[in-house]
Amino acid sequence: MPSPPDRRAFLAGAALLTVLPLSAARATPDAMAAAIKEVVGEGTIREGKVKLDLPPLVENGNVVPLTVSVESPMTPADHVKAIHVFNEKNPQPHVFSARLGPRNGKAVIATRIKLADSQKIVAIAETSSGAFWSASADVIVTLAACIEDVT
Amino acid sequence: MTNVLINAPKTARPGEIVEIKALILHPMETGFRPGTNGRIIPRNIIERFTATWNGAEIFRMEMSPAIAANPFVSFFAVATESGTIGLRWTGDQGFLVEEQVAIAVG
Repeated sequence: MPSPPDRRAFLAGAALLTVLPLSAARATPDAMAAAIKEVVGEGTIREGKVKLDLPPLVENGNVVPLTVSVESPMTPADHVKAIHVFNEKNPQPHVFSARLGPRNGKAVIATRIKLADSQKIVAIAETSSGAFWSASADVIVTLAACIEDVT
Repeated sequence: MTNVLINAPKTARPGEIVEIKALILHPMETGFRPGTNGRIIPRNIIERFTATWNGAEIFRMEMSPAIAANPFVSFFAVATESGTIGLRWTGDQGFLVEEQVAIAVG
């Protein structure tokens, strides 16, 4: 006699196997939240002080200019220690983590990033007093990065 | 080396906040893209960028595959004393590039 439970288990396993690689190939809002948690730990994140500049509509996701600026006097007593940027839908939630200090004078960083899809970007600043401030921006991407082989 | 572009002022007043911009030629291959043969192209990225002022670290950035090809970074620094600004990029496959620019403060 064939045993239906085994067949069910097999089918369920096969279904899982086909689904897993797909879901693993992409960060999700949950993965972003987990990555943020790794940086922040038990600290609370407040909105404000951070300004995240990104074009709201991006034609080419391969090169997206991004500027993070944080309001801070940048003195030895009160400065921004780190700036972290995360995304929701690239294959990995991390974009970059920068370490700063009073020697920077201004907590402003500009770079260029890749975006695989329309999504939310989050920037988090960690101050010398241990506070976390954040800002987020929604971006619409027309041509996604990471998909085609352009070489 | 011609594969690095650095834009920093040559002179500054003491205490002035100067902008330092750096661009390096690098594919920043994510490791998620299939090549023309259908196989995944291995990851090849710059993982870390550090800046020093007369040897003391003033800025550091950990990069991920989400940084665009030919990474561009702009940051600020307080001009404390004359000397050299050192920039260093390290990454996959033993990638290491170091460049220096001089700055006169006074």
